[in-house]
Amino acid sequence: MDLTQLLQYNFIQHAFLAALLMSVACGITGTYIVSRRMVFISGGITHASFGGVGIGYFLGFAPLAGAAIFAVLAALTTENLTRRKILRNDSVIAILWSLGMALGIIFIYLTPGYAPNLMSYLFGSIITVTHTDLRLMFALAVSVTVTFVLLFKPILYIAFDEDFARTRGIPVTLLNYLLIILVALTIVLSIRTAGIILVLSVLTIPQNITNLFTNRFGRIMIGSIIIGFIASLLGLVIAYFFDIPSGATIIFTLVVMYLAARTIKVLTFGRSKYSHNTAI
Amino acid sequence: MNKPLIEIRSMDVAYKKQKVLRNVSISVFEKDFIGIIGPNGGGKTTLIKVIVGLLKPTSGAIEWTIERSDIGYLPQGRQLDDKFPISVKEVVASGLERGLRMGIRSSIQERKKIDEALERTGLTSLRSRPIGELSGGELQRTMLARATVSSPRLLVLDEPDTHVDNQFEMELYSLLKDLNAQMTILLVSHDIGTISPYIKTIACVNRNLHYHSSNEITNEQLKIYNCPIEIITHGTVPHRVMKEHKQF
Ligand SMILES: Nc1ncnc2c1ncn2[C@@H]1O[C@H](COP(=O)(O)OP(=O)(O)O)[C@@H](O)[C@H]1O
Ligand SMILES: [Mg+2]
Repeated sequence: MDLTQLLQYNFIQHAFLAALLMSVACGITGTYIVSRRMVFISGGITHASFGGVGIGYFLGFAPLAGAAIFAVLAALTTENLTRRKILRNDSVIAILWSLGMALGIIFIYLTPGYAPNLMSYLFGSIITVTHTDLRLMFALAVSVTVTFVLLFKPILYIAFDEDFARTRGIPVTLLNYLLIILVALTIVLSIRTAGIILVLSVLTIPQNITNLFTNRFGRIMIGSIIIGFIASLLGLVIAYFFDIPSGATIIFTLVVMYLAARTIKVLTFGRSKYSHNTAI
Repeated sequence: MNKPLIEIRSMDVAYKKQKVLRNVSISVFEKDFIGIIGPNGGGKTTLIKVIVGLLKPTSGAIEWTIERSDIGYLPQGRQLDDKFPISVKEVVASGLERGLRMGIRSSIQERKKIDEALERTGLTSLRSRPIGELSGGELQRTMLARATVSSPRLLVLDEPDTHVDNQFEMELYSLLKDLNAQMTILLVSHDIGTISPYIKTIACVNRNLHYHSSNEITNEQLKIYNCPIEIITHGTVPHRVMKEHKQF
């Protein structure tokens, strides 16, 4: 079967659309996460959400809704406790991270019978996205884009120097909460496509590829969206033709692209340029 | 006498339980140029943070007759993330914010102000540089441009002379002298000696605060003693260059 035939399948069209929406949301929030060094926080939120997946199975509601509740709660807790300097930021994250996984495992164990699609929450399944998933992803991609376009400057300034932003009258605390909620929601909807185990890479690898060639916040966002989308399409097609899991193939494609980009950069710009100030 | 821009009355400031400033009173008037000196850990940065609104006093009062956005602030050098993807121009532009404003592009007036601030600090050719590619002095100049870009009524500088070379230090001081014609300046410095000709008042912060009018601390005296700030401040011989404070 060739590519044109493949494109006529409904599920493939859905998968492509999901890849586009995921790339937009992750390209934008991922840039915020990477620039502000919130990758570990994001890991904590991601894994905490597994608790919600487990409770969803146990009580019989949509696991993704449970994941959303847990992710947002974990995000708000991290932000709040860190802000009040009650606990060290990284310790809070570690606790929520393992608590979420523990609750998830206990509730799935307690659920009678077997948990269908469990693997798809861990590793993602872009091939099986539903209309509802797509609608939610569309709403998220639009919210993220609108927020970051309208509030581009305040977000950039807060991420760079929070105290200074405060002295300019920017509502820093409010925006911090808004942004961490957007991060949590982006993570949850990407769990559908990339899975809990793999979601961090779609939030960080495109950014680090773009960051090899530009050191501007706005450009990293746009570049990451494009690279994320290309990698998702390539990964999907490769996964289809080799009959291997799509989430993992997309991540693998991203890593290969990163290595290729690094090689290209070293060959064209030489080792020195930018190498001391890229995010990695 | 006209109303001060900022008036602090018998203010205490504490972190958790540790009291850092005790019974501090100070008024900052239009066109003042106040130098703040004192030993490390004496509470200078704490006082500055209260003035720019980042910290609240635990007791006593602080009153502003100016808007928060009328204050230009250069924080003491901290570990800013030098890999953060932001350019010199963008950093300077952040000094123009006033509350929450939407939109991506700066207005023509704003861009003009940014250009002037870059020009003033000698950063025009570095405007598009990511901050990670700046030297310590260039970064400090960027911070100065950010603090002054809004033509604030009050300019608050917390040790702007760290990491800068001697030449820029001299330029900095003459720039501040010029700026003082339009704005009030509050300057924390290691090296008040060099700028003392321009400074009108000196405040010593060491848990308490003491004022000195500028004629008390003359240029000659400072040249002769040429001491680090820690020694110029209070205490007895060998290095005291100020009158003993009246106890109150
Ligand atoms: N965030 C903080 N939490 C607790 N103590 C602090 C904090 N910041 C400063 N201090 C303490 O307050 C005192 C004054 O500090 P600071 O205002 O930075 O002094 P200076 O700027 O004069 O060197 C020091 O003893 C310092 O340890
Ligand atoms: Mg200090």
